Amino acid sequence: MTVELQDVRSFSEANGEPSWFTELRAAALDKATGLDLPKPDRTNITKWNFTTFPTHTVVSEEFASLDALPAEVKGLIDVDAQENLYIQRNNTPAYIRTSQELADKGVIFTDMLTAVREHSELVQKYFMTEAVKVDEHKLTALHAALVNGGVFVYVPRNVVIEQPLQVVFLNDNAEASLFNHVLVVAEANSAVTYVETYVSTVEEAKGQANIIAEVVAQDNAQITYGAVDVLAKGYTTYVNRRARLARDAKVDWALGLMNDSDTISENISHLVGDGSHADTKTVVVGRGEQKLNFTTEVRHWGKNSNGHILKHGVMKDAAQSIFNGIGFIEHGATKADAQQESRVLMLSEKARGDANPILLIDEDDVTAGHAASVGRVDPLQLYYLMSRGISKTEAERLVIHGFLAPVVTQLPIEGVQKQLTEVIERKVR
Amino acid sequence: MSTLVIKDLHVAIDGKEILKGVNLTINTNEIHAIMGPNGTGKSTLASAIMGHPKYEVTSGTVELDGEDVLEMEVDERAQAGLFLAMQYPSEIAGVTNADFLRSAINARREEGDEISLMKFIRELDKNMEFLEMDEDMAQRYLNEGFSGGEKKRNEILQLMMIKPTFAILDEIDSGLDIDALKVVSKGINAMRGEGFGCLMITHYQRLLNYITPDHVHVMMQGRVVKSGGAELAHRLEAEGYDWIKKELGIEEEAEEQQA
Repeated sequence: MTVELQDVRSFSEANGEPSWFTELRAAALDKATGLDLPKPDRTNITKWNFTTFPTHTVVSEEFASLDALPAEVKGLIDVDAQENLYIQRNNTPAYIRTSQELADKGVIFTDMLTAVREHSELVQKYFMTEAVKVDEHKLTALHAALVNGGVFVYVPRNVVIEQPLQVVFLNDNAEASLFNHVLVVAEANSAVTYVETYVSTVEEAKGQANIIAEVVAQDNAQITYGAVDVLAKGYTTYVNRRARLARDAKVDWALGLMNDSDTISENISHLVGDGSHADTKTVVVGRGEQKLNFTTEVRHWGKNSNGHILKHGVMKDAAQSIFNGIGFIEHGATKADAQQESRVLMLSEKARGDANPILLIDEDDVTAGHAASVGRVDPLQLYYLMSRGISKTEAERLVIHGFLAPVVTQLPIEGVQKQLTEVIERKVR
Repeated sequence: MSTLVIKDLHVAIDGKEILKGVNLTINTNEIHAIMGPNGTGKSTLASAIMGHPKYEVTSGTVELDGEDVLEMEVDERAQAGLFLAMQYPSEIAGVTNADFLRSAINARREEGDEISLMKFIRELDKNMEFLEMDEDMAQRYLNEGFSGGEKKRNEILQLMMIKPTFAILDEIDSGLDIDALKVVSKGINAMRGEGFGCLMITHYQRLLNYITPDHVHVMMQGRVVKSGGAELAHRLEAEGYDWIKKELGIEEEAEEQQA
C-alpha cells in the first residue's frame, strides 16, 4: 500500500493524538517523498524496498495474562519476578505491568501512542528533537509519519531503578509492519536499564520494520540499553538506535542483532557532554542470502569523553555483511578516547564480511585505536580444544559462542541471555 | 597396563623432515624425560603424537595398546587416553575455564551421564587449591590474559581433571619461576602411579630435581640417540651434550636445524 496524507491524519485522529503530533506526522510524510534514502557506507540500498507494505497497522488480540503468552515469549520473562514489563503484539499494546515503585518515583513506562496522548509535553520535548531528526533522510521521515508502536520511558532526576524494564515486541502476523519508536529519557543523576527483544514467530514477514530508538542521557545519568533482534526474513529492516549524552552521562549498549531479514542497522552515540562515556557492544550472526550493514559510531564532542566499540560478527552460507565502525572526534574534544574492535568470523566460502574501521579525528590531544580482523575459526584453537577430547563440532560451537559472548554476558535479564544463546545456536548450526 | 609405542616415526613440517625415525616405548607407571638441545625435534614429537594440523607424519607408527593413533582425529586420540600439555596453549575468549573443562570431561562420558555440576565444582575447587590457583581462574576465559606461569598451571589443572592414561608435557617448565615449578611438579607427581604414564620434554635438568624420571632419552637430529636412567640427566647437567655428540660422531651443523 501507499500511505496518503489523509490516512496518516485519520490514524492520528483515531488514536486521539494531540495536534502537534498529527502535524509532525503530516509534515514528515510530505518530506519523505522528496528525501533520499540513507547511504550506509559500502552497501548500496537504492534497490531495496523500504516503502511498500500490506497495511499500516494490524490489530492483534491482547494477552489477558502471562499464561497466554506463546512459549517463545514466555521463555524471555521471569514471570514471578519481572515487575516492569511491556509486551507489544505486532502493533497492539498487548500486556503491561508496572511496579508501585515506578509510580511512586514518577517514572513513566508506557507504550508510545499512549505516551503521546498522556505525556504530550514530555514527548514533544524529546521526540526526534535530540537524537534523531525527522528530515535526516527518507526513512526517518517515513518513520515519523507512520509511528505505530514503541515505548516511552522517562526517569526523573535522581531516580535509580534497579530492576531492568523489559519490553518484548512480538511479531506473529505476517502482514504486520513495525514502525516502533522507543524513547528513553533519563534525567540528571538517574539510572535505568532497558531491555527489549524483537521476536518473530512467522516464517516469512511481508511488511516493513522501520525502527528508531532515541536515548537521552542527561548529566550524570546512566543507561544500559540491551536489545536482541530476531525478526523474520521478508522484512526490510531499518533499525536506528541512537543516544545523546550530556555531561558525565554513561550509556552501555548490548545489541544482539540476529534478524533473518536484510538489515540496515545504525547505532550512534553522541558524546556531547564532557566526561560522557559510551560503551557499544554488538554481535551479529548472518546466514542464508542475507544482506546486512551495521554501522556503529561514537561521536565525541565533549572533553574527556570515552567511546568503546566492540563488534563481533559470524557469517555463514552466502550472507553478506559490512561492519562500519566509526570513532569520530570533533575539534575541541580534548583528551577524548576512541577505541574500537571489529572482528568477523567466516564459516563458509561464499559468506562475505567486511570490517571497516574508521577514525575521524579533528583534535590533537586525544587517544584512539582500532583493531579489525576477518577470518575463519582458528585451526589452532580447534586443535587445542580437540586435544582435550572435545569433538570438532563442539569445539567450533565453543569458539563461536565465546566469540559472541561479549553481548550475551552483558544482557541483564537471564531469559533474554538464554534466548540469545539459543538463537545463536540455531543460526550457526 | 597400557603401552604407547612409537616406531620409526618420521615427521615433516612444510615439507621439511624434522623427525627422522624416532623409536620409543612408554608404559603406564613410568615417567620418561626427553632432553636435548634446541631444535632437535622434541616438541615436534609431542605435536605429532597429538595430531597438530601442521605436522605431517611421513612414515612410522604410533600405537596405543595396539590401536593406530595416527589414524585417529585429535579428539579421538584424547579420548583414547592421550594428553598434551602444550608449550603455547591457545587463548579462547568468551569460553570460561570451567565451561571448557566441563565440556572436556563430558566429552568422555555418554549423553545423559554428564558429570553433575556439584561434583564437577568440588573436583575443580580441590585441584585448583592443590595447584595454588586463584579461585577466579575458573571463571576467567580460557588462557586469555593468563601469564606464562598461569597458563602452565592451567595445563596441569586440565591434566588433573581429565586424568589421561598418557600425558606428554611439552616444556612445562620453561618460563616458570621456582615456586611455580614446584607447584607444577607437585601436580605431576600427584598423577604418578598405576594407570598413568608420562613423557616430559625439557631443556633443563632442573625439572627433574622435582620429578624423578624412570627413563631419560636424549634427542638429536630428529632421533633418540641415547637412553638411560635418571643418572643420564645428571651427567647432561654436569657435562652438556658434547660428549654424546663425540661418542656418536654427530656433526655440529645439525644443530642449526630448527623444529
